[in-house]
Amino acid sequence: MSAKTPESAYAELVKGLWEENPVFIQVLGMCPALAVTNTAVNGLAMGGATLFVMVMSSLMISSLRKVIPRQVRISTYIVVIATFVTVADMLLEAFTPLIHKELGAFISLIVVNCLILGRQEAFASKNTPRMAVADGLGMGIGFTFALVLLGGAREVLGKGALFGVSLFGDAFEPWIIMILPPGGFLMLGFLLLLFASVKEAKENLNGSPAADTSDERAA
Amino acid sequence: MEDNLQLLWIFVGALLVNNFTLSYFLGLCPFFGVSGRLDTAFRLGLANIFVMVITSLCASFLNAFVLPHAPYLRLISFIVVIASTVQFVEMVVRKLSPVLFRALGIFLPLITTNCAILALALFQTSRGYGVLEGIVFALGAGGGLTLALVLMAGLREEAELSNIPGIIRGTAMNLIIAGILSLAFMGFAGLFSAS
Repeated sequence: MSAKTPESAYAELVKGLWEENPVFIQVLGMCPALAVTNTAVNGLAMGGATLFVMVMSSLMISSLRKVIPRQVRISTYIVVIATFVTVADMLLEAFTPLIHKELGAFISLIVVNCLILGRQEAFASKNTPRMAVADGLGMGIGFTFALVLLGGAREVLGKGALFGVSLFGDAFEPWIIMILPPGGFLMLGFLLLLFASVKEAKENLNGSPAADTSDERAA
Repeated sequence: MEDNLQLLWIFVGALLVNNFTLSYFLGLCPFFGVSGRLDTAFRLGLANIFVMVITSLCASFLNAFVLPHAPYLRLISFIVVIASTVQFVEMVVRKLSPVLFRALGIFLPLITTNCAILALALFQTSRGYGVLEGIVFALGAGGGLTLALVLMAGLREEAELSNIPGIIRGTAMNLIIAGILSLAFMGFAGLFSAS
């Protein structure tokens, strides 16, 4: 375990960004990903809070991995995660009350984000703190990236703005539906479709249809 | 009479207008994970309703006796109570109906990490519902979740047999179906202003 080189920590960090991107590839943590991404700023705040919880609980759990009894590990993970979510909730409330109000209960709901619990069970509980933090960072950044992309796309179409800055002037008729609940489902669906078609085009170009299991895992 | 009407609105509101899955995006993991088959979806929905009602009772209890003294423990106490409840349901189901237990598989313990359950407790707290209102709210929300699951499973079973381009099959198609369902449920938003 201790023989791991810095390169592999780096690899753990990078894999979350795209290859195993939590939202687009693994399709985990969908509830917050869709619920709060009606603007790019909300997506960023949500992603940031999740990143914080992810890294801190990865660090904590991987440090304690030899102490935690197997039978009660899930409960232990949840209590650790809930503690850090409470911290994140209070921090956001203190420093950015407006965003905190807009995100509402969804900050508390980070506790039950399957992505975080999944990473603790699958990775942090079996690896050294350094690797776990790298993994948590990578997954958290990948998650934030996906949320900002999703929120940005919805904001541009639904409000004609990005990060609150108007883009098209008054002539643009906003697609209100995109910032309403159905828009979240539709936008993520279309984004996944876009990625799938890009991937297929690439494979056709290379002439080697690589076997891929990610679809089956998602379904 | 007035009270009954209030309860009815809470129920209908949670069931249709603010459907947990389709307008709050809660409980999406089972929504996409278990909605492949109609009967499994229905059973998971029922398990969810059961857990929700018990969660609501526990949350009322915690709100009344524990949390006024230690508000910062809200999240942790909710999640621990919910986790124990789910453990209990799992044992009961395993004892009473092994077939159902196998059918639900991994998703029964995962109800713990179902955001809908925790959200129910949180919403109930932030809206100041009492015990009775809480139970009605849980029934409505659980019913809404079941409704969404069953509708989705039905649509997906149909889609399995249809001629759909391979590239959209899987998650993308499910998301777009969910988007259209969610659009349809937006139609219920008019119910309240009419009252």
